[in-house]
Amino acid sequence: MIFLSCHPQRTLVIFFFLFQPTKISLDLVDKLERLALVDFGSQEGVECLEKAIRFADQLHVVDTEGVEPMDSVLEDRALYLREDTVTEGNCAEELLGLSKSTEEEYFVAPPGNIPLPKREERTAMLKHSEL
Amino acid sequence: MDVLDQSEIRIPRRHTGRRKPRWQPTVQEALKCEKSEKRRTSAIMLGLSIKEVSAALREGKLSATELCRKCLQRIKKTRHLNAYITVTEELAMRQAQEADDRLLRGKPLGPLDGIPFSVKDNFCTENIETTCASRMLRGYCPPFNATVVQKLLDQGAVLVGKTNLDEFAMGSGSTDGVFGPVRNPWSYAAPYRTLSHGTDPDSDWVITGGSSGGSAAAVASLSSFLALGSDTGGSTRNPGSLCGVVALKPSYSLLSRHGLIPLVNSMDVPGIMSRSVHDTAIALSVLQGRDEKDSTTVQAPDSHPAALPQEFDVRDLCVGVPKEYHAPGLSAETLSQWTRVAAMFERAGARVCEVSLPHTQYSIVCYHVLCCCEVASNMARFDGLQYGHRSAVESSTEALYATTRHEGFNNVVRRRVLSGNYFLLKQNYERYFVKAQQIRRLITEDFRRVFASGVDVLLTPTTLSDAATYSDFIQEDNRTRSAQDDIFTQPVNLAGLPAVTVPTSLSSRGLPLSLQLIGQRLQDRKLLAVAHWMEQQLDFPLIRFHDEDDVQDTKSERNRDRERTSGS
Repeated sequence: MIFLSCHPQRTLVIFFFLFQPTKISLDLVDKLERLALVDFGSQEGVECLEKAIRFADQLHVVDTEGVEPMDSVLEDRALYLREDTVTEGNCAEELLGLSKSTEEEYFVAPPGNIPLPKREERTAMLKHSEL
Repeated sequence: MDVLDQSEIRIPRRHTGRRKPRWQPTVQEALKCEKSEKRRTSAIMLGLSIKEVSAALREGKLSATELCRKCLQRIKKTRHLNAYITVTEELAMRQAQEADDRLLRGKPLGPLDGIPFSVKDNFCTENIETTCASRMLRGYCPPFNATVVQKLLDQGAVLVGKTNLDEFAMGSGSTDGVFGPVRNPWSYAAPYRTLSHGTDPDSDWVITGGSSGGSAAAVASLSSFLALGSDTGGSTRNPGSLCGVVALKPSYSLLSRHGLIPLVNSMDVPGIMSRSVHDTAIALSVLQGRDEKDSTTVQAPDSHPAALPQEFDVRDLCVGVPKEYHAPGLSAETLSQWTRVAAMFERAGARVCEVSLPHTQYSIVCYHVLCCCEVASNMARFDGLQYGHRSAVESSTEALYATTRHEGFNNVVRRRVLSGNYFLLKQNYERYFVKAQQIRRLITEDFRRVFASGVDVLLTPTTLSDAATYSDFIQEDNRTRSAQDDIFTQPVNLAGLPAVTVPTSLSSRGLPLSLQLIGQRLQDRKLLAVAHWMEQQLDFPLIRFHDEDDVQDTKSERNRDRERTSGS
């Protein structure tokens, strides 16, 4: 008969003494918003990222010296490749039909090569954003 | 007296093979019930297993249209659960009619012909709205079917609707979608209502778990015989566990992901939910196999879909119990189910041994990082240009992207995308992303070592406890909840292994408790054979709604029980 005692997670306790919490600067907030093209929304959103980083920092308790990173569980086998021939298509109209804005056979985008406005203007642009 | 008076939870239980519960009505009985018991009759019919209902369809005791209509009525009656986003009533009736034509000619397409099923709303369905419970995809009607959906349709299964979820499947409660939270059907079932005295069903309802909560609720409330979920870190097994249904996360690469809107490509799998292991095995044999449209699929190892063995000898079996799964926060009741079932295997002659998966405690952290990173990448496709929501801001392309994504995504999605972008920053890439990938290998190696030592399956809890009430659940944010609720489920996603959750009993609150079995890679069928054996010993009750529980019925059925007991 198996009797299980509660498994202690000691290393995680040690961790909290070893690692300082990361603070996200306003510059980094700006950088991430430009990269991700989503906004933090509020100070709470920034704190949420800080908590997510704090949580992720627990990884550093584990010794991974010399361990090969793992991308996929299929790394040990050759994956199936089909013949390089066209098997479907002629669905341009169907696909264009899903877009809110098209012109002839093109998806329409507003003017490009214009950087995202500065933080203050961005907030005004976004509804219900407090930052 | 037992905490649960069995008479309170008695309704047709599912077919359990050898040990048939004595009061279970046969198909004939179910169909010939008195008119006054009409309501009960449909509950009995809808509570049959796929195997039974499929036999009834073939023998002409029941028509597919009648069955479909009953399911659609059930959906209407259980609308308060919010299990469905779209109900495909017209299409379903048309498909059922076609199934009837085939059945009449004596030429059904297979065991699923005429069987009503539902699909989580993150699988593409041709010309049927597919929303991911997000404003971003509201109104989006894909021009194609996901491979798994197409395979079920090709077998004649009848699609009754698309089910609710957490937005883009990010969550563990089915509480964070744009269409509102899903309610666990067991909130309205006799056991919970009886055991939680003096509470109000409108305020004390419990969550389904997530993110495939709508699919779990649909199967548990008997409006679908089968449902597709998706499982990236436990999204099929978690709600399956809390709603008392059998939920399988197949081996990675066994089922096609084509048409499943991706969350984490290296971990996503379509999941199968039904009310019995046998039904799950039927669905698996239809769905598995290589797909030209998904290069990460492999050929199923057992190409001829044999039925599960009726007599499974557990004496040849070694069941591993990983000690690390006795984690802080595990409820006393779940622990006692775990030890009870381990002892059950042992009594039956299986070898049960404690094993160790030393890196498993870091798994949830590893999963958190990899998930955010892949989410950040996958969500990049939603920009408002080609499909889905498009903001009215047209000052520049970047402004259109930013506003579209601001308006389209909820807080949970936005925060995961931002976290992922942080972990993927040039200066953080090695420190977080690569580090997590290294730990992923250590976790996978742990499993490999345990299985190489002679263990056939692992027995673990699926969740820490039974379902929380909605009001308790929303006290914590989505990230915290996911970290707690995915604790036992996500390690197998990192390792690509198959796992199935099987309900074991009801808790002292009258809610389902379940356990998880983990198998070796691509040995899904063996895993199901073990799960089937376990299910047969456990005899978990099917749901019975409080309002169907009128005194007269209870009495008459109690007598019938007695008659059968004395007769046997």
